[in-house]
Amino acid sequence: MSSPSLPFLQVENLARAYPSPTGGDDVTVFDHVNFRIHKGEFICVTGHSGCGKSTILNILAGLDSASAGNVFMDGREVSGPSLDRGVIFQSHALMPWLTVLENVTFAVKSRWPSWSKQKIRDHAMRYIELVGLKGAEHKKPSQLSGGMKQRVGIARAFSIEPKMLLMDEPFGALDALTRGVIQDELLKICAETQQTVFMITHDVDEAILLSDKIMLMSNGPHARIAEIVNNTLPRPRDRSVVHKHAHYYPIRNHLVDFLVSRSKQFGSLRDAPGAPSSPTVFDPSDLVESEPAVVPAPPVGKPHIHLVNA
Amino acid sequence: MKTRLSLSQKSALLSLALFGVILLVWQLTTLPEAKVVADGIDPEYAALMGGGASTAASSFPTPAAMGQTVWEKLSDPFYDNGPNDKGIGIQLAYSLARVLGGFFLAAAVAIPLGFAIGNSRVVYAALNPYVQVLKPISPLAWMPLALYTIKDASASSIFVIFICSLWPMLINTALGVANVRRDWLDVSRTLEVKPLRLAFRVILPAAAPTILTGMRISMGIAWLVIVAAEMLVGGTGIGYFVWNEWNNLSLTNVLFAILMIGVVGMALDSIFGLLGKRVAYQE
Ligand SMILES: Nc1ncnc2c1ncn2[C@@H]1O[C@H](COP(=O)(O)OP(=O)(O)O)[C@@H](O)[C@H]1O
Ligand SMILES: [Mg+2]
Repeated sequence: MSSPSLPFLQVENLARAYPSPTGGDDVTVFDHVNFRIHKGEFICVTGHSGCGKSTILNILAGLDSASAGNVFMDGREVSGPSLDRGVIFQSHALMPWLTVLENVTFAVKSRWPSWSKQKIRDHAMRYIELVGLKGAEHKKPSQLSGGMKQRVGIARAFSIEPKMLLMDEPFGALDALTRGVIQDELLKICAETQQTVFMITHDVDEAILLSDKIMLMSNGPHARIAEIVNNTLPRPRDRSVVHKHAHYYPIRNHLVDFLVSRSKQFGSLRDAPGAPSSPTVFDPSDLVESEPAVVPAPPVGKPHIHLVNA
Repeated sequence: MKTRLSLSQKSALLSLALFGVILLVWQLTTLPEAKVVADGIDPEYAALMGGGASTAASSFPTPAAMGQTVWEKLSDPFYDNGPNDKGIGIQLAYSLARVLGGFFLAAAVAIPLGFAIGNSRVVYAALNPYVQVLKPISPLAWMPLALYTIKDASASSIFVIFICSLWPMLINTALGVANVRRDWLDVSRTLEVKPLRLAFRVILPAAAPTILTGMRISMGIAWLVIVAAEMLVGGTGIGYFVWNEWNNLSLTNVLFAILMIGVVGMALDSIFGLLGKRVAYQE
């Protein structure tokens, strides 16, 4: 409990229960969720559907409230939505009656109501250009492809310069090619802006490419953050060479292994005597330095695995 | 035929042909009487029996006579020769003024109230029984009450229009507001959008297509009801005109008024159709 610098975001003993559909005791989706995020960190969260990832994100956003526990950001308790926390929704959530530019200026004007029209417009255009949508600013969302819509969502979220960005499977609905392009853009923008990010993803490769840390959630009910993986791959990262790094496959195998088997076992182990009360931390640098030979040869042309669980 | 007709050209041709058939049937069914007069019966006898010149007023008019009436009435729509002889333009203007007055009063009540109902489950549940009971009441049933309390015929018909336009707008506004996508509200919440800005910039445009559908239905009903209301209270308006001409046994004028009611109703409806297109959005 004695971190040198106070964490930017601190989540303490968060829990969420819903009334049971059958009328019995409440169903606890997750409990004892503790984690911290430092300024400028990119955190990915992964786990099977229904374990409560979206619920945690919505609590961080202030859109939902916890049954127990607290969230502190910058030393202040999070109690409702705020311009300090930008959200990128999976369904992009653009307003279809507004153009691309109007969607972004709507956000900018919310953030800086006293700015002049011109200043709001210029600011919005900067972010529209940043996501490569210059020229499409007067189009309506219905005229855009899925990838372009999500880019508008990104531009809108970044344009308010939030202290923290929350993303709920932002690229889940996109095809693999488009997803790759937008991931690269996100990587670039985050490097430029030093944005603190909390992102939910089902895509192991996406998590490895983007994150500093990956939090792994066990299956619910009573889901927890079971493991934390330190992503030691050096930045700047390039998707075409990132898999050549010695730490890539240890991390990847660890993640896939967790999702395929350990996520289920965790529930039964949790209450066993001597079970770890805080998440185990996996750091590939420990592993690789002691046993460099363990690194498996990367299979050639390994496809992008997208773990969507049923 | 080398050039193929487009769909709209085909339907225009068909429409025109149908119009021709209607005119022909109309002409044929109104013809025999005139023929009988011509076929050797003493014209004086015919006149005595209600034929001849005076029949033009009471019996069913021929298309030609009808056409002439339409032409005459439309070429001087705004003359005013006292209470029982006003131009069709003036009568329609009276009716339109009442309809628009009642309609916009209703909109001023229904849209804010619909917002409140759509935004809050509590308000919805509290007001729902009233709406359910009041909605099925024929607007004309309010007329005696209105005449008794307001004591003015014209204001009473405006009130009747108000009542009948209220429900579709109220229900549709509440429906539109309640069904605004969760995502748009969540985005607005994370942007800390103030309530008034949320109402005008997010909820209103999101619900606008549904609200406009309600307004269009209301306007349609109001235009139906005004004719009946004016028949009831008399004085001025297209409804009174129809009744008055029926008392004058001028079927030609009645037919003409019916035609005008249809044309104005169609115009009102298409205005709301256009407005609806303006606020429509594609998700
Ligand atoms: N309104 C609700 N009422 C009851 N249960 C809910 C409600 N919302 C979510 N849940 C339950 O909470 C669990 C977590 O949901 P969610 O956070 O969306 O999971 P994830 O994003 O990890 O797939 C799910 O099992 C779901 O059934
Ligand atoms: Mg989810």
